[in-house]
Amino acid sequence: MRYLLLIAEEEGVRSHWSQEDQQADMARWFAFTNDLQQAGAFVDGVALNESSSATTVRVQDGDTLTTDGPFAETKEIINGYYLIEVDDLDTAISWAARIPTIGAVEVRPVLELDAPEGS
Amino acid sequence: MTQQSSLGVALGAHRRLAETFRQEYSRVLSVLVGELREFELAEDALSDAMAAAAERWPIDGMPREPAGWLLAVARRRAIDRLRRVGTERRKAPLLIVPDATTPALSEPDDIPDERLRLLCTACHPALSQQAQVALTLRVVGGLTTIEIARAFLVSETTMGQRISRAKRKIRDAGIPYAVPDAAELPPRLAGVRAVVYLIFNEGHTATAGARLQRVELQQEAIRLASLLHERLPDDLENAGLLALLLLTAARSPARVRRGGPVPLSEQDRGLWNRDQIARGLALVANGLSRQVVGPYMLQAAIAGVHAEAPRYDATDWARIIALYDLLIGSAEDPVLRLNRAVARMELGDLGAALSDVESLTTALAGFSHFHAARAEILLRLGRTSDAVQALDTAIAQTDNQPLRHELISRRAAL
Repeated sequence: MRYLLLIAEEEGVRSHWSQEDQQADMARWFAFTNDLQQAGAFVDGVALNESSSATTVRVQDGDTLTTDGPFAETKEIINGYYLIEVDDLDTAISWAARIPTIGAVEVRPVLELDAPEGS
Repeated sequence: MTQQSSLGVALGAHRRLAETFRQEYSRVLSVLVGELREFELAEDALSDAMAAAAERWPIDGMPREPAGWLLAVARRRAIDRLRRVGTERRKAPLLIVPDATTPALSEPDDIPDERLRLLCTACHPALSQQAQVALTLRVVGGLTTIEIARAFLVSETTMGQRISRAKRKIRDAGIPYAVPDAAELPPRLAGVRAVVYLIFNEGHTATAGARLQRVELQQEAIRLASLLHERLPDDLENAGLLALLLLTAARSPARVRRGGPVPLSEQDRGLWNRDQIARGLALVANGLSRQVVGPYMLQAAIAGVHAEAPRYDATDWARIIALYDLLIGSAEDPVLRLNRAVARMELGDLGAALSDVESLTTALAGFSHFHAARAEILLRLGRTSDAVQALDTAIAQTDNQPLRHELISRRAAL
């Protein structure tokens, strides 16, 4: 099954860290991504730029409305994800638990739609 | 006369049938779910098989292997059901079963026991604890939705939705139908034990309603704890949980008199279930001889001290306090501190008991039992008007009617 591991963290915390700590943090993320790839579980993954750079887009009655900022103003915001392919939720949870995040991870199964007939 | 005795025979047969179903239900279901990879289909096929059994067994006699008979019939009925609906329904994803076996149509001599899978799946931490409790009672306990709804004082619709939501989450989120591997098992078992304990507690002192206790829920919890202990005997906390439930349940016949609760100090100990006490004490004796003793085993040991006392005033309170000291060291819990304070009161150490209790005010202010215990200490200290006030608070904070009445009459006696 494919699972999206959505990472939500409090923003700006890392910028207060020493350069050494930030480098060690980077190394942990690279190591984790590498472990996922080695295990054949990695499908995709990105880190996102900070939420102040986000634009929320909504279409109402044909009009495109844009607002500055992410979906919701909350303390923890989504700042990256991994898309993984593993056997079951237990395996997905054990990967999620290894993500070197300072926040939380939401584990969401991908809704697998059947390919249309004849495709 | 003849009519009466044949009715008696029929009733006896009916009871035997119900008992067999109850014993075999989860064992057969646990195999079916693994093979069919679907809860609903497995449950429907099993109820078909039980309906067939209710028809055939009184005529043909009970089969030598009732579980094998039920499993074989349920497998055939499942195939019939699948044929009837055709391939259309195959759209829904199936349960993930790591080592799925295909159903065998021959009657097996030895049915594997997959109930641990059923229990671990129903108590998966990705489900809410409320859902875990409901699903465990449904699929492992074999209780009907109506029975579970009654036990938790919700409507049948609400309970039905709760159970089907839980099953849907298991399927959609990819919760595997499996016993976790050795590394994952200990924390998962702790979760399973918490669910079993919760079921027992609801049976011991119902949150609300007209009855103090629901013995059928206590028995169900004991069955589940026995299953855990039987399948994983090396985990001492499984033994501890089973011992605790047995020793607590043993007092149930003496806990209620004329619909009202009877405190431990006034119980007729002759009514205690000696068989359950003997089983519980044997588990405790074995458990306490080990190096590491967990919180359930320690609580069982405390219940064991009560069980061994011939009279309330002959209770070994010093030993109970020592066991609470160990317990509080391994699991910080205000309720345990409250119980230790009560033991101190019984030992006559009223000042220490009161200051212990008052240090728990913030943590336990919403807990009726806390105020009742505080009232008792105040009373023994001769502070009657403070005791009355504490009892009033205790009364205001319980929705269990027999408990309420008992507190009200205690207050009236002051």
